[in-house]
Amino acid sequence: MSRYTSATDADRAAMLERIGVDSIDALFAELPEGVRLGRPLDLPAGRPEQEVYAHLRGLAARNVSTDDELSFLGAGMYDHYVPSLVDSITSRSEFLTPYTPYQPEVSQGTLQLMFEYQTAISELTGLPVSNATLYEGPSALGAAGFLARQHHRRTRFLISRGVHPHARETLRTMSLGWGIEVEELPLADGVTDAGALAEALGDGVSAVFLAQPNFLGAVEDLEALVAPARAAGALAVVSCDPMTLGVLRPPGDFDVDIAVGEGQPLGNRLDYGGPSFGFFAAQQAFLRRIPGRIAGETTDIDGRRGFVLTLQTREQHIRRERATSNITTAQTLNALAAVIYLSWLGRRGMVEIGELMLQRTAYARRALAGVEGVELLHEQPVVREFAVRLEADVAGVIERCAAQGVNPGYPLGADYDEFGDGLLVAITEQRTKGDIDRLASVLGDAVAAERRARRPEQVHA
Amino acid sequence: MSAAVEIPLQRDRAVTIFEKSREGRRAFVAPELDVPVDEDALPERFRRREPPRLPEISEPEIVRHYNGISKRNFDLDTGFYPLGSCTMKHNPKLHERVAALPGNARLHPLQAPERAQGALEIMWELQRALAEIAGLPHVSLQPSAGSHGELAGVLLTRAYHEARGESRHKVLTPDTAHGTNPATVTMGGYEVVKLGTDEHGGVDMDDLRANLDDDVASLMLTNPNTLGVFDTNIQEIARLVHEVGATLYYDGANLNAVMGRARPGDMGFDIVHYNLHKTFTQPHGGGGPGAGPIAVSDRIEPFLPRPQVVRHPDGAFDLDFDRPQSIGRLRGFQGNYGVFVRSYAYILSLGADGLQEASETAVLNANYLLARLKDKGIGEHLPVAFDRLCMHEFVLSGAPMKRNLGLRTLDLAKRLLDHGFHPPTVYFPLLVDEALLVEPTETETRETLDAFADAIADILRESADDPEIARNAPYSTPVRRLDEAGAAKRPVIRQPLD
Repeated sequence: MSRYTSATDADRAAMLERIGVDSIDALFAELPEGVRLGRPLDLPAGRPEQEVYAHLRGLAARNVSTDDELSFLGAGMYDHYVPSLVDSITSRSEFLTPYTPYQPEVSQGTLQLMFEYQTAISELTGLPVSNATLYEGPSALGAAGFLARQHHRRTRFLISRGVHPHARETLRTMSLGWGIEVEELPLADGVTDAGALAEALGDGVSAVFLAQPNFLGAVEDLEALVAPARAAGALAVVSCDPMTLGVLRPPGDFDVDIAVGEGQPLGNRLDYGGPSFGFFAAQQAFLRRIPGRIAGETTDIDGRRGFVLTLQTREQHIRRERATSNITTAQTLNALAAVIYLSWLGRRGMVEIGELMLQRTAYARRALAGVEGVELLHEQPVVREFAVRLEADVAGVIERCAAQGVNPGYPLGADYDEFGDGLLVAITEQRTKGDIDRLASVLGDAVAAERRARRPEQVHA
Repeated sequence: MSAAVEIPLQRDRAVTIFEKSREGRRAFVAPELDVPVDEDALPERFRRREPPRLPEISEPEIVRHYNGISKRNFDLDTGFYPLGSCTMKHNPKLHERVAALPGNARLHPLQAPERAQGALEIMWELQRALAEIAGLPHVSLQPSAGSHGELAGVLLTRAYHEARGESRHKVLTPDTAHGTNPATVTMGGYEVVKLGTDEHGGVDMDDLRANLDDDVASLMLTNPNTLGVFDTNIQEIARLVHEVGATLYYDGANLNAVMGRARPGDMGFDIVHYNLHKTFTQPHGGGGPGAGPIAVSDRIEPFLPRPQVVRHPDGAFDLDFDRPQSIGRLRGFQGNYGVFVRSYAYILSLGADGLQEASETAVLNANYLLARLKDKGIGEHLPVAFDRLCMHEFVLSGAPMKRNLGLRTLDLAKRLLDHGFHPPTVYFPLLVDEALLVEPTETETRETLDAFADAIADILRESADDPEIARNAPYSTPVRRLDEAGAAKRPVIRQPLD
């Protein structure tokens, strides 16, 4: 079905005549016989807009979204409220439909938002330099790995098992051709084992990767982990949750070399995992080595303030095989959502929302710890997420909760053999005390029911 | 025309949102703290001492600020954007509506597959459609953009060779290649070997033969290439590459030329990436988001990233993590799902015939515009680099214009801004002197193409009289030419707040 084109039969005829050929086929005459498809694509015929909408609305309705259940799922992406003004502004065609700002004279809107975004990320992380986004969190951590690999040709990466399992796997994948061994640092009592780190460190270590808070929700003692890593000459890379940075000391406080992370919580939708963005901030020394676009301030020939893409000699279109990354298209529209969101929260709101999450999470942890058959997986400080152990089959408990319209969290056994009984519970500002009380009640019932169901002999005893 | 310094109007002054901050202003109202406060919830040594200095600003001012700066952008919904190799085609409005449906926008990526069946069906059906379009049976939607898809392809190549007990070190890329190709090769841990271009704009076959040996892991090609030329030797190229056991990689940046007419898989390619933000209408967002799915042949399939979306015999959709030979993840979760929804909507709307017609019209528009630009008064200054029928884009050389009129390609580009057009891609591909790479796409009217050709003719005529006008252009834009060298020399990349 012809869609989104304007050429009428009369247009086609006139245009072909102007070109000097007699048919559309003639335009494809150079395609060798052997590669011509010679049949229509085996796809359904096109459909009118209202039918496509109805079909896709039907499919979307088969998904259980955070509107449809009381969700405590987190584990890397979080159900924060996205304020209306984010949608209102990001849907403007002036932001939605331009290309990368190659012509700065007509791209000042995009370039300025990139500059503002970089400022906001620099403030949040406490590091002086930020790029204008990478794809998403785990691949941003991988990009830090590539920087380390190019920085000093050492042969070992140490990555905490507290780093998001997807980021750990992504680092392994991205480094397949780098000649680097990826070694995991164990957790002790919910946090990275500092003793194991001290033992593993040595001249060959290129970079140490940590997460704050870690995947189990625990606040890491970065002071005790970053200093020895840097003393051994390794780069310290910390993946952080940006929503905790109103209350947690930022990575810059600990002299980390690079901070990365998943940007979704900052004003971006869940979207079943993307598009979101990855942030990448670093110390000044890495300004000319960091990957991705960077906007910089300058003036035009009339002396007016303006913004341009800068330090482009790092990039693939100039430096080619010696570029600091191959990245081109990144996540500018998602960065816009983030900087709007951070402006909406503002200096005080960032702390208030952090404090709210901290207190509700503390409350939820106490509430769940009081449930029969539930105990804490660790007792480390937490901000927005915590881990518990269930004395019942986790998958069975999740199913029982789902039947009550509650999604109690993420089963840790999917990624950690040692925590097969673990459940990771996330709290956002959208989960009220009443919601948490309901979780405790439904989870308690589910655990009890699951224990009865799985142990019939005890029931009869 | 002189570049007289004027006093900028207040409305033209760039002020950042940080500079608009005033202590005490706010937009956010925090939900009530409805739980008992635990003073010891976070030990003092972990606590941030000074809040991040984010703006303090009200909602109306945030709206004014971003609406204001948005108007300093040129965008596709406003005008013609013939940016070569970027495929700036219309972004259908339906797509934003379906992507924003709560079942899509508020679906958590770790929702159990049985409660995300609609999403998985969309992904599975999109995989099938993309496989048919490329002529390769297996698709992974995971990569987040074209360059991410390229990295996937290079890592798949590595895994494929290693599984056969081979260690290869070189990847070939033609000198017409997009810069991402060589950059990707480095990130994949290979060495780049550059191939020359023949007099027709295709791969130099002698150079290819001279460089092919059993240390070559892959050849990365775009076809049609970045000159807008379809390489007619493609079958022979594929044969030679496969003869030494290497893989043939297809950069899908230019797939918009051949949908329904030819398929990379049938040409002999082993691995293809798509740019959903080019061919399949994801809005570009000023530099993303996009998505760069890949399709592969049977012999590459075992190594695809995980998880894969699969359909069980009972019709249920699922995520398959049990892929022992997989290269693993390239990112978190399942990919840029919101982009998949839009691209799937596009494929449903157009169908087989519509996709083919899109490519045919893209090629028709490009050839028509090329014919118009051969007009007297244009062609002698801006000759086409390879004079033959083009595919969906073509390259002009501004070298004669520079010689004849003292006008660089950059000047022409900047003067086009005053005419209300976004310029073509400039100074790429690198092997054409003063290059302009023009891609009109299928969604432009004949009238628009005519107006663009007329604008170029006007600029050349104007410059024959007074080249200074274009050399100092643009004049009508929010800012004029910017000091890029100064920006790089003394980088200011964030707002100072002290």
